[in-house]
Amino acid sequence: MNLILFTFIVLLGFTSYYFGRRKAYTIQSTNKRLTALPQFYGYYLAIWCAIPAFIIFSLWAIFEPTIVKLLILSDYSNQGYLDDELNLIYEKTKALSRGQFTGEITPFIEASAEKYLSLRSIAQSSKAVIVLSIIIASVAYAYKKISSNSRTREPVEKFLKAVLFTASLAAILTTVGIVFSLIFQTIDFFKVIPLFDFVFGTHWYPAKAFVRDSSEALDPTMYSDTFGAVPIFAGTFFIAFIAMCVAIPIGLMSGIYLAEYASVKVRQYAKPLIEILAGIPTVVYGFFAALTVGPFLKEIGNSMGLDVSAESALAAGGVMGIMIIPFISSLSDDVITSVPQSLRDGSYAMGATKSETIKKVIFPAALPGIVGSILLGVSRAIGETMIVVMASGLAANLTLNPLESTSTITAQIVVILIGDQAFGDPKTQAAFALGMSLFLVTLCLNIVALRVVKKYREKYE
Amino acid sequence: MNKNKEQLLNKRYKAEKRFRLYGQGAIFMALLFLTIFIFKIFSTGYSAFQKTWLIVPVTFDAELMMLEQNPSKEDLKDADYYDIALKSMADLDPNANEDQENELKRMVSYFFEREIKRELLNDPSLIGKTKDVYLTASDDLDQVFKGNYPRDLPEDQRRVTDYQLKIFDQLVELGKVESKFNLSFFTYPDSREAELAGIASSFMGSIFSILVCLMIAFPVAVLAAIYLEEFAPKNRFTDFIEVNINNLAAVPSIVFGLLGLGILLAVFQLPRSTPLVGGITLSLMTLPTIIIACRASLKAVPPSIREAALAMGASKMQTTMHHTVPLSMPGTLSGTIIGLAQALGETAPLILIGMVAFVNTIPGSPLDPAASLPVQIYIWAESAERGFVEKVSACIMVLLGFLIIMNLFAQIIRHKFEKKWS
Repeated sequence: MNLILFTFIVLLGFTSYYFGRRKAYTIQSTNKRLTALPQFYGYYLAIWCAIPAFIIFSLWAIFEPTIVKLLILSDYSNQGYLDDELNLIYEKTKALSRGQFTGEITPFIEASAEKYLSLRSIAQSSKAVIVLSIIIASVAYAYKKISSNSRTREPVEKFLKAVLFTASLAAILTTVGIVFSLIFQTIDFFKVIPLFDFVFGTHWYPAKAFVRDSSEALDPTMYSDTFGAVPIFAGTFFIAFIAMCVAIPIGLMSGIYLAEYASVKVRQYAKPLIEILAGIPTVVYGFFAALTVGPFLKEIGNSMGLDVSAESALAAGGVMGIMIIPFISSLSDDVITSVPQSLRDGSYAMGATKSETIKKVIFPAALPGIVGSILLGVSRAIGETMIVVMASGLAANLTLNPLESTSTITAQIVVILIGDQAFGDPKTQAAFALGMSLFLVTLCLNIVALRVVKKYREKYE
Repeated sequence: MNKNKEQLLNKRYKAEKRFRLYGQGAIFMALLFLTIFIFKIFSTGYSAFQKTWLIVPVTFDAELMMLEQNPSKEDLKDADYYDIALKSMADLDPNANEDQENELKRMVSYFFEREIKRELLNDPSLIGKTKDVYLTASDDLDQVFKGNYPRDLPEDQRRVTDYQLKIFDQLVELGKVESKFNLSFFTYPDSREAELAGIASSFMGSIFSILVCLMIAFPVAVLAAIYLEEFAPKNRFTDFIEVNINNLAAVPSIVFGLLGLGILLAVFQLPRSTPLVGGITLSLMTLPTIIIACRASLKAVPPSIREAALAMGASKMQTTMHHTVPLSMPGTLSGTIIGLAQALGETAPLILIGMVAFVNTIPGSPLDPAASLPVQIYIWAESAERGFVEKVSACIMVLLGFLIIMNLFAQIIRHKFEKKWS
């Protein structure tokens, strides 16, 4: 129904465009000068068609459900139902009208479902009638109004600019969406679990909260010692640290080599090849870590008499490091190439060798940019999910032994939220609280890193 | 004195050489990882493109199938194939007792009934006759035939019994076991049984998600980039938008999954596990990538183009829409494709919005529950059956193939159509 109406409106839009342009041509044929190109007259009319349609559609979307609900529930007023019960009745009615109701059907609900369906169809047809008549009226009005000296280009361009501006708000809306989706659940979580317990507690055992019978009232004492996030935070930073131990030396040295030593030919082939590493999906790295690296490390460890877990932090961190190599290498490559040639020439003129120039002149000059790239790498390591989920453990151990398994913020979020989740359960809320802390940490890292890189760029441009 | 100087110089040269070597070593390491990686995936995955079939003589006994004389097409469709299927498997060993007959039945997939039925529907004149029919071997025998299954394990530790192996070896000797290209890997949906599992459902899920993502992210991102690059006044507010975009590009993907769960599913009540929600979530992730690419290529259009258009009397909007934007399209498009390739490989946010549900039908629209290729990799990698290991690698090969094609395409667009100014 909506689709047909929509197609109809689009067709109307094209028709009004055609009529607008034709009117412009008729004006032109009377040897009067137009103030804009003919197609602007067409666009002008099309906009007069689009705006009312959009307004009515959104008004309907906002008000129709509420009004229908009020009308349905008016049958049940004065019968002493509580608000929650009324909501339940309404949900049942909707489910029944969709044919998805599975419980016991009472005659009351059946009657309401019929009423619901008839109300919906009335609403739909009245929407169609109202939309079409208003569109036709507004287009006719605008058609009458345009004449040789009416302005059409300016309103059309203003409208376009407004559309462009609205689109640019998408980025802000996404950020707001992220904050909103996280903040309410997080606040609810901290109502049950004190912030202090979350930040400084050392026992993370969310499964304990799940055993709770849903009929029981929330009992805060039950959750003490359940949501202490220290092992999770420690595990996250530990794995990120291992990853950076792999990524920084390899990434930095290959960046330096590509920027300073490599011939054009080597650079041409090696750079894109290394960047392939960045394009491989993380789930593939996870599979590689779990299937190959983990058992390999375990075998080596066993042959040396060490007790290595098959899901060790070392396997996850090491593979994550490989993933981050290209980020560091290409960013530091860019940074080093943008160091002015004069610095190099000065150093060579003093008799320094190439490596001395790099170590003593270029590296210090490029340091802020390199630090920025490393910070971006750290932020990526902290936010990486699939490698840890697949290759490292899911139990949160508080350990600094890279051969044991640890867990991270991201892995815990996945473990908690995979499958069905009940909103309002402290376990689910805990995942959002973890997400909030992840968002904040990476936000700080990103802002600092982007600022450092930007400052550095300004210095040499 | 002179000797000292020479020594020092030698030392410095040696240090130079060493430093250079470190650089070469680092590049070598990075490329080594890449090679090991690709080798490992290919060496475990290539065998999944072959499938083992057992060739079993089947007697289409009308009585056992409960068929009347001269059955119509409908009758054939409704006939009972289980008994003849069972009988033909049991006939492989005439001396088999009841347990052994059960083991024989488990040598083929549970689709064997359907495979026999398809044979008869293709050629109804087979009734009453005997014909060799290709039946999908069970995944364990499939692995045995491919040599991936250690046969020397004690019997209680493997899923194939000695008896099954004996019959299987007899069949191999008779030439009744054949390996053919595994078409069903591409045409079947996911399944709990490794020999029947295919990527069709997750592939369609990926396609739908990417289409939804493209339809939302591309227009919004291009419009936003045009505004920010061409029209936006330089003030606090546009700076704020910029900071937002740059930061969103670096937000961990799982946070977008939480956004999809907390807003799209919980507030807007969109259907769970569907490519629609997955696509919207991915589009929010891809948005900053496309905006940044589009702005960069708008910036690369030289001001002289704009000035020429303005000098000819075009308005600002006409200049932008008729000249600047078309000239920036190659860069924008290749940035979009790269962004979509990233979205195609994304797993974590899709897991959070429930696209890990087991789906054994091929989705027909973005509103049907589905998985996606990376999620399928995750699901199979987590299952214990040996047969899934090669499937995972094969699925990775398909996914990587798509990513490579997309990236090549982006490169071609960039090199073929992008104008070089200067």
